[in-house]
Amino acid sequence: MTLEQRDPAKIIRASQPLPSPSDWTFELINDYHDVIRRTAQSYGLDTYPNQLEIITAEQMMDAYASVGMPVNYRHWSYGKEFIATERNYKRGQMGLAYEIVINSDPCIAYLMEENTMAMQALVIAHACYGHNSFFKGNYLFRMWTDASSIIDYLVYAKNFVAECEEQNGMEAVEQVLDSCHALMNHGVDRYRRPSKLSLSQERTRLLEREAHAQQQVNDLWRTLPKKAAAEAEAASSARRFPEEPQENLLYFIEKNAPLLEPWQRELVRIVRKIAQYFYPQRQTQVMNEGWATFWHHRLLNTMYDDGYLSDGMMIEWLKSHTNVVAQQPMANLNPYALGFAMYTDIKRICEKPTDEDRNWFPDIAGKPWLSTIDHAMRNFKDESFIGQYLSPHLMREFRLFSILDDEKDSEYLISAIHDEAGYQHVRQALSRQYDLSTREPNIQVWNVNLRGDRSLTLRHTQHNDRPLNKEAQEVLKHVARLWGFGVQMESANDRGDITQRWSVPPPNH
Amino acid sequence: MLQQIIDRRLSGKNKSIGNRERFLRRHKEQIRDAVRRAVDGRGIRDMERGEDVHIPKKDLSEPVFGHGDGGVREVVRPGNTEHVKGDRVAKPQGGGGGGGGGKASDSGEGDDDFVFHLSKEEFMQVFFDDLALPNLERTQLAETPEWKSHRAGFTSDGTPTNLHVVRSMRGALGRRIALGTSKRHELHELEERLALLQREDQADFEVKRMHAETLERIAVLRAKIGAIPFLDPIDLRFRNRVRVPVPASRAVMFCLMDVSGSMDESRKDLAKRFFILLYLFLTRHYEKIDVVFIRHHTQAQEVDEQNFFHATETGGTVVSSALVLMEEIIRARYPRSEWNIYGAQASDGDNWHHDSGRCREMLADKILPLCRYFAYVQVAEQEQNLWEEYSKLEGEVKHFAMRKAVEVAQIYPVFRELFKKEGVPA
Repeated sequence: MTLEQRDPAKIIRASQPLPSPSDWTFELINDYHDVIRRTAQSYGLDTYPNQLEIITAEQMMDAYASVGMPVNYRHWSYGKEFIATERNYKRGQMGLAYEIVINSDPCIAYLMEENTMAMQALVIAHACYGHNSFFKGNYLFRMWTDASSIIDYLVYAKNFVAECEEQNGMEAVEQVLDSCHALMNHGVDRYRRPSKLSLSQERTRLLEREAHAQQQVNDLWRTLPKKAAAEAEAASSARRFPEEPQENLLYFIEKNAPLLEPWQRELVRIVRKIAQYFYPQRQTQVMNEGWATFWHHRLLNTMYDDGYLSDGMMIEWLKSHTNVVAQQPMANLNPYALGFAMYTDIKRICEKPTDEDRNWFPDIAGKPWLSTIDHAMRNFKDESFIGQYLSPHLMREFRLFSILDDEKDSEYLISAIHDEAGYQHVRQALSRQYDLSTREPNIQVWNVNLRGDRSLTLRHTQHNDRPLNKEAQEVLKHVARLWGFGVQMESANDRGDITQRWSVPPPNH
Repeated sequence: MLQQIIDRRLSGKNKSIGNRERFLRRHKEQIRDAVRRAVDGRGIRDMERGEDVHIPKKDLSEPVFGHGDGGVREVVRPGNTEHVKGDRVAKPQGGGGGGGGGKASDSGEGDDDFVFHLSKEEFMQVFFDDLALPNLERTQLAETPEWKSHRAGFTSDGTPTNLHVVRSMRGALGRRIALGTSKRHELHELEERLALLQREDQADFEVKRMHAETLERIAVLRAKIGAIPFLDPIDLRFRNRVRVPVPASRAVMFCLMDVSGSMDESRKDLAKRFFILLYLFLTRHYEKIDVVFIRHHTQAQEVDEQNFFHATETGGTVVSSALVLMEEIIRARYPRSEWNIYGAQASDGDNWHHDSGRCREMLADKILPLCRYFAYVQVAEQEQNLWEEYSKLEGEVKHFAMRKAVEVAQIYPVFRELFKKEGVPA
């Protein structure tokens, strides 16, 4: 249920502002959280229960290093990440984020010990009500992730990896994980809905699955040629495997790689599941950060209007809010700035539409803003959100323009700017910019040579003739390690011509 | 809605340590090289600190499929103030990235090495990696520390055997004085008054009454003073003794160096590095280490570190003088039963030729039986008679070793060779 406006029954005015010392205490955090929660409820924000955790800067760096999760399996790359973070932090090159929030049920938010009270209030409003309601409401998160079981699954993954290390040695485990990480971005189902993670199921089905998967693989490879060699050749060229190209490389490897041990298959699966969990976050950066920023701004301002916040508090959090939404001209777009501006702009279109707005957004101009942004939050991802809601007003405000970089051309071409002729073009270009499939190369499993050397062929389908980077050869070595036999890849341009080929010999067993 | 605040600050510190270990393990070779270079390049006193390790970025890369340069791409940027549709802007030359035409650099970090700091402990761990104390005969007491009891003032309780009589009596006296002073004072006054009263007319009723009163009061006070105990339990003082662990394994390291004219600065520097290594090595194995510096030309003398390394002497060389002094010092100050004795001798091999045979005898008969280990490093290439004499010992005595080192970079390998783990090929 979404509200059309702020629920007047839930508005309670304060007789005096909450205390505003710069040092926080547990009681104060509790008091502030209470008010923030009531204010959020008066706007009808629907969230998971919150769990606030106070941590130190070092623990924050720990969390950074393990991709923001409270538990994760051990891997050298997280150690590297930690070292880099620590180094930058100690040299003062980088501030730590004020918070980390985890899409889990209850929703875990880390508050850093060093924050002042005003910052803690900002973080609570931002993470516990902004991000939290986004996790619960947005369709991608609802479809792809299961907040209730992610922590359990990570605990399971951590223990499983530790067991594997004990049984098979660190190096063997590290090799498999390295290879899986190389393919992590290509280990997600983009269109098919995955089964939800559940710890109990995972455990009970693990052994069963291991045995079954191995059986399947064996069956696949048992199809020995019975006919004469020439006929077999003809048959193999006729019969493709896989019959359709597969986009989920890790899934394909997990199910079909001939030589993987059961524990290696399970590692592939773990990396794949975690990649899938993070997939929605990669597609909703602008929407998610924008939503959280919009709501901390809204909630804290409302609290001020209701008399809960002192002037000093306001100035402190506003200062940091201003830093967060700062946008450097000519630089990459700041997702906080863009997202915040877009939600604010939608609210403006609802409340004070101009003629231009009525023309561009007949559906939402003049409608209640609360239910409108709620609808926007729930049913879009960055790409479609921008494609739907970026207004000419905002394009003018950001002075957006699009630059076309063609390899064949010696100069950049300004293809559109923020004027009447360019609005549509800029909007589409920006929308495409946030489309994951244009940001990441499209690579699919093309064919497996079932009758011959069992080699795997991948195909890269170029987008606008953009080639792969130099790392491709290295990644293919990882693919070969998992696959166990030779791997080829071909890169096809828009017209279907193969422009580049890679080949990696079978790894030594 | 359920809401909890959990204080995690005290739990789970250093959660990433396992990841760091894996990282270090993976880059063991680079780290070893960095440590080796650091040992070569550092001065004496800053040996025990961490070190920055550089690892080339390419060795750390985690490759993923990504778009390369080329093809057609379109980007949207904010902040246009000068361009209109159809403008053309020159591309930056040479892949410079940032700057003109609104194309900001998206390369992120440069191609610098990945640098991280190896902590002091980690540095030393790598440094001493696969070294072990030669003929490790550490006094077994190290495992069960020896305790020694020390006097540590007085306490108010203890066993009767530890009772300190004088202290206790002194306390009692003070207490008696403190408690009785006001009463004695009053008693004196009353006695004076009594004396006065006795001179008055004894028939007077009033005088009689006062006389009796005073006598009564005096009796009460005398009783009270008498009731102050001569010795009270709170007066008792006992000798306090505490047990302190005795550093069970102690080592003394003798640095013997030739400072005659032929030892120039660079040779001394080589010797110095060798001594540093030995010292650091011993600090890993012994709680307490004494270092004795003996320098010699034709005569030996014991000096402090500063003079040992930096003072220059001229003249001939009689190596045996240092050995004689070393033996004297051992006999006088470092009994073998209490100390693990290590000797390290550095010389350019130059010796008065009649003396070398005597050196060998001194070593074999007097010094080596007292030592855990004795290492000789010759910091010159040329083999003279001292080298030849010492060579005779090498095969015979297990805890004697000798090597040559003529460059700074050779010191560490030589040291490793000298102190290599037994059974592990060099």
